[in-house]
Amino acid sequence: MKLLEYEAKEYFRKFNIPTPQGRMVTTADDTAAAVKELGRPVVIKVQLPVGGRGKAGGVKFADTPEEAEVAAAQLLGMRIKGLKVEKLYVEEKIRIVSEVYLGVTVDRCNRCYVILASREGGMDIEEVAARTPERIVRHRVDPVMGLRSYHCTLIARRLGYGDKKMLQFASFVSRLYELAVGMDAELTEINPLAEVEDGFMAADARLNVDNNALYRHRELEEKLLHSYQGELTEREMEARAMDLAYVELDGNIGIIGNGAGLTMATLDTVMLHGGRTANFLDLGGGATPERIGKAVKFVLEDKRVKALFVNVLGGITRCDYAAEGIVSARRDLGSTKPVVVRMMGTNEAEGKAILKRAGIETLDTMEEAAELAVKLAGGN
Amino acid sequence: MVRFIDKDTRVIVQGITGGQGQFHARLMKEYGTKVVAGSVPGRGGQVFEGTPVYDTIAEAQEEHEIDASIIFVPALFALDAALEAVEAGLDPVVVITEGIPVRDSIELVAKAKLKGTTVVGPNTPGLIKARESKMGIMPAQVFRRGSVGVISRSGTLFYEIAAHITRVGLGQSTCVGIGGDPVVGLDYVDVLKWFQEDPETEAVALIGEIGGDAEERAARFIMDGDFTKPVAAYIAGRAAVPGKRMGHAGAIIQGSSGTAEGKMSALREAGASVGELPSQVAEALRRLL
Repeated sequence: MKLLEYEAKEYFRKFNIPTPQGRMVTTADDTAAAVKELGRPVVIKVQLPVGGRGKAGGVKFADTPEEAEVAAAQLLGMRIKGLKVEKLYVEEKIRIVSEVYLGVTVDRCNRCYVILASREGGMDIEEVAARTPERIVRHRVDPVMGLRSYHCTLIARRLGYGDKKMLQFASFVSRLYELAVGMDAELTEINPLAEVEDGFMAADARLNVDNNALYRHRELEEKLLHSYQGELTEREMEARAMDLAYVELDGNIGIIGNGAGLTMATLDTVMLHGGRTANFLDLGGGATPERIGKAVKFVLEDKRVKALFVNVLGGITRCDYAAEGIVSARRDLGSTKPVVVRMMGTNEAEGKAILKRAGIETLDTMEEAAELAVKLAGGN
Repeated sequence: MVRFIDKDTRVIVQGITGGQGQFHARLMKEYGTKVVAGSVPGRGGQVFEGTPVYDTIAEAQEEHEIDASIIFVPALFALDAALEAVEAGLDPVVVITEGIPVRDSIELVAKAKLKGTTVVGPNTPGLIKARESKMGIMPAQVFRRGSVGVISRSGTLFYEIAAHITRVGLGQSTCVGIGGDPVVGLDYVDVLKWFQEDPETEAVALIGEIGGDAEERAARFIMDGDFTKPVAAYIAGRAAVPGKRMGHAGAIIQGSSGTAEGKMSALREAGASVGELPSQVAEALRRLL
């Protein structure tokens, strides 16, 4: 789950990470009021779950409430990457000496958190890593030892800080790590982290929380669907609300499978046979007839879909349940779109019998079924 | 050292009274797995289909010799359950549970490493030694005893390819689902090392998918000459869209890393036979053996 800058900064403050004073606003009037309250020049930033807002003109500066009102009126309602701007973050302008990068993320390979820091702030960090890897300081946190003060000091030293700045940066690292762990972050980063005259401040803030950990952060759960805005398409949002693992693609063959790997392999196989898939939909393990019916309906209702291919390998998923779900979904919709089913495994014979009675073809291998689905969809 | 299972492995099922736990404890016993006990806090003293249930592993160990644990408890309680098994000295610990926070998996894997315990998973179908024992949720009928070791991040795709291996007249030795999460206890290299030493394994089917670089590291390991048996591989996700999570928490292409093409070409360069279709893995193995 990706938090917006102003939401992330609320957590930053909770973890005592220095951030400039700011207010989230949704109208030009409130923007002017916020500037009055802050009593100083500000930067006004659009709040969207997509990157590249600076380049897209989503950041403006203002010295007075009047200027801010004009700027806000221009920003509100503009569209960036297809998303309408509805929220702004008004923040005191700070005097930046230099821009630094600091991030914490999960190192899958070494199974630990890793801290990344660089003096090349304000740049795309992946580009820095590719072009000048020596400009990035990496510290893998040993999960048993934890991140200790001397680790933080060493990171600050490696970046070239000494004396007071070193201590200030070290403490910044320590707090960001505490936030990462405390908030179950998949990624938290500050880019740029502003070096100011008397220390450091988080000029920007990014916080992506592990969806599997939301039960520990209940206040975020209700914001989850909204946070997908911009990342997910409308249909993907609908699917998410129904708890279906669905990804929209641009072809005309609907795909439903059980298990992520098998469903991906199904897409690949259809592609190899010259077909274009309309979606990825993974039922997961042990789906009930109701869940399967819901998924089948969801895909058949997609106007782009000319044929549906359901691939079920029954382990904990029962083939007869899959068959019941398919038959009831088609009946409910009155759909006549061709459906190709491949099923194998638990209760296979029962499943095939149910489908046969409903006049739906079943095949034994994924490859044969993919070929048939491509043929049936390609009649256009 | 990595430890897997055979017909003598004595198993405790943590979460044996839940829906999944009941169903799979029964199927494991039918397959021949020595399920000696179950554990569920609050259910101590009950007997589930002939298997005694205890509140804690420590109490189960007072009554039984136990080697390994398989875990079916909900994500909320999975870290504690797994640490209980690790602390009790059980090995391997197989974590079937899906949806465990990454922070918990990091803690589990680090603490298990201190004890020298093999953690299989989380979010794994488990492991099976064909015709001897299974600690997992895989459908038994697709496996036949043979000489192909199987390693997979996914569940159903692993069954698909195992079924093809059986269909072409070969069979499996040990099969390991390493799990679909971003942080798991085993990677391909750990399992390849074990297969290199396993006298019953003559070739390996390596089943991968988009996301991370575990397959690339396996390729490097093979390239360096540390694994000398034939490898046939399949990588799922060529039709995946970058930046989208394809079902598994770990299945996501980030930037230009983690693509199926990158993994396929790394494995090809290492000398593995990489199939375009799942069935081609079995056909390649038949040629190689």
